[in-house]
Amino acid sequence: MEAIRVHEGLAVPLDRANVDTDQIIPKQFLKRIERTGFGQFLFYNWRFDDDGNQRSDFVLNQPEYKEGSILLAGENFGCGSSREHAPWSLLDYGFRVIIAPSFADIFYNNALKNGILPIQMDEEQVHQWIKQAEAKELVLNVNLEEQVIYDEKQQVHFDIPAYHKENLLHGLDDIAITLQHEDKITTFENLKQA
Amino acid sequence: MEKPETIVEKIWKNHMVHKEPDKPDLMYIDLHLVHEVTSPQAFEGLRLNNRKVRRPDLTFATMDHNVPTKNRDVIEDQISKKQMETLRKNCQDFGITLADMFHPDQGIVHVIGPQLGLTQPGKTIVCGDSHTSTHGAFGALAFGIGTSEVEHVLATQTLWQKPPKTLNVHVEGELGTGVTAKDLILAIISKFGVRFGSGYVMEYTGEAIRNLSMEGRMTVCNMSIEAGARAGLISPDETTIEFLRDKPNVPQGDAFDEKADEWLALATDEGARYDETVIIKAEEIEPQVSWGTNPGMCVPVSGSTPQVDTSENHDDIARALEYMGLEENQSIESINIDHVFIGSCTNSRITDLRKAAKIVEGHQVNGNVRAIVVPGSFGTKLQAEKEGLDDIFKAAGFEWREAGCSMCLAMNDDVVPPGGRCASTSNRNFEGRQGNGARTHLVSPEMAAAAAIKGHFVDVRQFAANVYPA
Repeated sequence: MEAIRVHEGLAVPLDRANVDTDQIIPKQFLKRIERTGFGQFLFYNWRFDDDGNQRSDFVLNQPEYKEGSILLAGENFGCGSSREHAPWSLLDYGFRVIIAPSFADIFYNNALKNGILPIQMDEEQVHQWIKQAEAKELVLNVNLEEQVIYDEKQQVHFDIPAYHKENLLHGLDDIAITLQHEDKITTFENLKQA
Repeated sequence: MEKPETIVEKIWKNHMVHKEPDKPDLMYIDLHLVHEVTSPQAFEGLRLNNRKVRRPDLTFATMDHNVPTKNRDVIEDQISKKQMETLRKNCQDFGITLADMFHPDQGIVHVIGPQLGLTQPGKTIVCGDSHTSTHGAFGALAFGIGTSEVEHVLATQTLWQKPPKTLNVHVEGELGTGVTAKDLILAIISKFGVRFGSGYVMEYTGEAIRNLSMEGRMTVCNMSIEAGARAGLISPDETTIEFLRDKPNVPQGDAFDEKADEWLALATDEGARYDETVIIKAEEIEPQVSWGTNPGMCVPVSGSTPQVDTSENHDDIARALEYMGLEENQSIESINIDHVFIGSCTNSRITDLRKAAKIVEGHQVNGNVRAIVVPGSFGTKLQAEKEGLDDIFKAAGFEWREAGCSMCLAMNDDVVPPGGRCASTSNRNFEGRQGNGARTHLVSPEMAAAAAIKGHFVDVRQFAANVYPA
């Protein structure tokens, strides 16, 4: 996966709680056997009407948010199924950072495995940024190394487990790390069989 | 005396491969279940890196999400077909046992695991599917994972996991007659919300849980994820042991009884500490019907949809009512339905079908309703046919199908049309879940059966007073 250290981008406000993975990527698009090309299906039923025309009232279809790469959302983002197609579609569409008051557990993990930085932030701050981004262009500068988000006026600290931070900063492959412990896995298996 | 432990602490200790400061623990995985939708990219990753499947013998695959439930000889959807062919090839190449569409063990992955005795107390079980929590009914630590983690388990048979916090969901008292495990879990989620289990493993305890059958326990644990918990479990007891006795993949004879003692010892010790506890009274629970677009949006069948302006989160409620095509303060029994789906990993087991058949027997499906029954596995279907349940359903006007996930997520042809309204025994009522624009109401199999006949929701305890003597 691609490492992420500093990311500056346009914030896109999605003021909804409990955005579930069926909304992020509906099931009819889960049949592909590739990891790529899912961006076109992101939020499909919110972006397009039954005839496949863009719904102009949905935020991603508004021209001022076209270049957005930081998603601001309500609590419990990514609840529902374990489909990794959800982060694949967000990443492929161009999102590298998602900021929300809380994330569903499986989605949070899946995002990290794909080089998306999910930032848990207190609700008041997220809400403030959502209102700002709805009113006018909001550019945020996210510095993972410092664990700080800069907007025009302030800098806001965020927490992330050290282990996840390290993997994101270096774009590390989990399996390669685990295989460094292969002897321990073998020992465990032998003990279990005994 | 040793410190009393929860079952989660015991399982954790038994599976720790490696521990170091400031990192999650490296945990061994005893059983990896695989299906066609979330695995192709994982196998592709193995190939790209020249990696093997470390323990094909601890890996078991089936096809469930995509499979047709009508005619299996021709798969018209070419992309679905390719996904299934890909799974077949991957299992061949990597030496994994596969119960494909024509195999007698085929079925929904969370139905066949227990049925084959692969699911056992104390095991760590994962699958690229969020409803893996189902297997927790047996006192296993079972949770859903994404495709990257599927690849990780295939390659290493381990996962990096933070020790979970534990949440005791204690259900006091007994469920009333005609109130089911499904009503219980819907009531729990409705009371505490769709996020209250986030970051926890939930352990269900109390008299009402102890009195549930294994199928009922699976229904409860299945929907732990709808409360935000990756895993939910129940300490093993005699009910667990008797369900597993004589199952194909468990020890047989005396060896089984020895194993059973080990399993029973895994149960949470008296006095063990949980990080949190919530209590719910079973007597207060009525049959539930969801009215909105997440599983927490549920009310008793005697109730009504909420009033928008006096509710917390009124934007969410207004949006949900609009999507569902319902008014505020609308009585649940006044809602007409046009589809009924009895199936899914939540409610498609033999006891679910028996109970629904009992309600249906001697009645006809309402003329405005299309109703289907999709058994959870090929084995369940055969058993039901042996008991004549299929005849009861068919005589009433239900369609009787082959096993699969079907209309729960509508990846195959079993789709609710736009604007259609379905009484469904599945687990998610998200927007578009059963089809673009489809409206889902989550209910128990008994409530779904009664709704099929009346054409609208009705309290099954009144509808089938003969089945539920006062």
